[in-house]
Amino acid sequence: MAQFGFENDIHSILKLDMPISNAPMARWQRKASSSNTSALSGLSPGKSTNVSQSSSKTPSKTPGKNKKQTPSKMGGDRFIPTRNSNQMDVASFLLTKENDCLDTNNTAGNSDNQKAWSVSLNGYNIEDAKILHLGGKPLNAPEGYQNNLKVLYSQVATPASAKKTRYISLTPDRILDAPALRNDFYLNLLDWSSRNVLAVALHNTAYLWDASQGDIVQLMKLDREEDYICSLSWTKEGSYLAIGTSDCKVQLWDVENQKRLRSMPSHTARVGSLSWNDHILSSGSRSGHIHHHDVRVADHHIFTLSGHSQEVCGLTWSPDGRYLASGGNDNLVCIWPRVTGGSNGGSNESQSVRAWSEHQGAVKALAWCPWQPNILASGGGTSDRHIRIWNVNSGSCISSIDTQSQISSLCFAPNYKELVSAHGYAHNNVVIWNYPSLTRVAELNGHDDRVLSLTMSPDCSTVATVAGDETIRMWKSFELDPVKKKAKERLVKSTNSVIHHSIR
Amino acid sequence: MTSTLKGITLKGSAELVAEFFSFGINSILSPLTPKLKDYLTNVVSQLKDWLFECTVQKLVLVITCLETNEVLERWQFDIECDKSAKESSAPREKSIKTIHDEIRSIIRQVTATVSFLPLLETPCSFDLLVYTDKDLVVPDMWEESGPQIIDQSEEVRLRSFTTSIHKVNSMVAYKRSEAV
Repeated sequence: MAQFGFENDIHSILKLDMPISNAPMARWQRKASSSNTSALSGLSPGKSTNVSQSSSKTPSKTPGKNKKQTPSKMGGDRFIPTRNSNQMDVASFLLTKENDCLDTNNTAGNSDNQKAWSVSLNGYNIEDAKILHLGGKPLNAPEGYQNNLKVLYSQVATPASAKKTRYISLTPDRILDAPALRNDFYLNLLDWSSRNVLAVALHNTAYLWDASQGDIVQLMKLDREEDYICSLSWTKEGSYLAIGTSDCKVQLWDVENQKRLRSMPSHTARVGSLSWNDHILSSGSRSGHIHHHDVRVADHHIFTLSGHSQEVCGLTWSPDGRYLASGGNDNLVCIWPRVTGGSNGGSNESQSVRAWSEHQGAVKALAWCPWQPNILASGGGTSDRHIRIWNVNSGSCISSIDTQSQISSLCFAPNYKELVSAHGYAHNNVVIWNYPSLTRVAELNGHDDRVLSLTMSPDCSTVATVAGDETIRMWKSFELDPVKKKAKERLVKSTNSVIHHSIR
Repeated sequence: MTSTLKGITLKGSAELVAEFFSFGINSILSPLTPKLKDYLTNVVSQLKDWLFECTVQKLVLVITCLETNEVLERWQFDIECDKSAKESSAPREKSIKTIHDEIRSIIRQVTATVSFLPLLETPCSFDLLVYTDKDLVVPDMWEESGPQIIDQSEEVRLRSFTTSIHKVNSMVAYKRSEAV
């Protein structure tokens, strides 16, 4: 331990900012200490206070000189005012006196004024009365209370929309592998049926994943290895699956029996998009043509729509079946009327109702609003990156927003009235938007490559996304609040039952 | 009771006015659960004492929305006490019958008013506020409170009555419905 003590001593000697305890005093220290003892102990900076005063042996010869020197030493470049205790007293006295003056002025001049203010603000004069109430918890109406006058005088209640935030699950509920998935923006390889079966095409094979059971079934495989599946679409009932292929055919499959019903050739290029409207299946091809197939009759090809000059990659019928929306690599969005079929299939039906050219990139993402007919959302590719909301009736673009990413898919989520978009370059994520304000609600990150497709589960609680990283992810982000759900159920119940208690 | 027919004393007046409040509140809020009734009798009995002491200035019944804590209705009963009645115990020259008639007509007005006030669509709670003289000692269980004024209200003045010792002016303020 001895060597440490020595080391410490050396350290303390080398450190110049500490007083050296066993060394003789420096000259400046002696000088300073003597001057301190004489008068200015309170004002001198820290240095001199370290020095023990008993050690100063030599009294200063010229006290007058030192006195003048010390303030200049401590002054330096900043001004420190002298705070004399006398002055503090005076200051505090002045301050309090000033306050007193003000107070007396106030009470003298303004008391009437104040009274008037108080009366007009509070409805009573504070000085005249006090308000009392019996303490304790507020008394609530009994549970299940309903105003019985409400039955008589029901108004259409527009509930004061208390905007509440909801919990949004930001991590995937489930991840499935999708090996050999074709990473092609223009294909539509994912669809979720109303019977809760998710269909996905991996190169030349179509798989079905039963979301309620978790079983995976291989539905079909194309014969030739070089062919691949380009599109999938379930019928409304979820019993048949249409499959568009690279060899220009549209196949129709009975899922229950795992049997091919038809193979419908009519196109001249690969079939990248499909959409059902009852028994009419519409298919969009790389040739730019859209064909309507009546799947019931032998001569299935009943109509051709030729409005696009390049590949049709987005195709969807409106929920009411009145309009077909199509989007192409030629940046066009077209709206087509329903085919009435039969003999009078005249010129009207081959004309698009609307053709919008506002997008600057390929339009693959198309979605009809389920709760507002005639509202269509469309999203553009890498060179466009905009979501646009259209009114089909008026033909106007209601709103648009720059998403900063390629948009590959769009979907409305009715549970919270939101819009969901899937993105490729640059962010490779899924974004939930408030509709119609188009403010960002949440971002679902997790895919390592561009998200190619997005589809909503039949109960609208989950979206499934498939991406270039060969995974399918389920995002259970739209579940209804259980309390809200219950309240909804109760509301339904209470309207049926007898109305009970009320406060009035 | 025969003596009271000729006139009214301070004690009788206090009881009468308290009774009026209990009826009035019951016709504004009905039907009440036993728990609420206990609460009300508690308040009214305390109020009776204050009426007897002539220290009460106002009784206010506020109905607040439970969800937003917003005051939806505010029934205000202004009470003018003739403090000279405290000194002279001589009964006043006003028959109980005429007072009863006056009270009856106000209660009728209250029930009629309830029917045209905006519907209380949300679960509500109510509170009773008593404005007293400043120097009054606050009894146990009672607390001081704010006036709970309705912002942007419509007001309806009701009739008033007097026992010649206590004069009560009634008024209701309610939140203006946004639909109009």
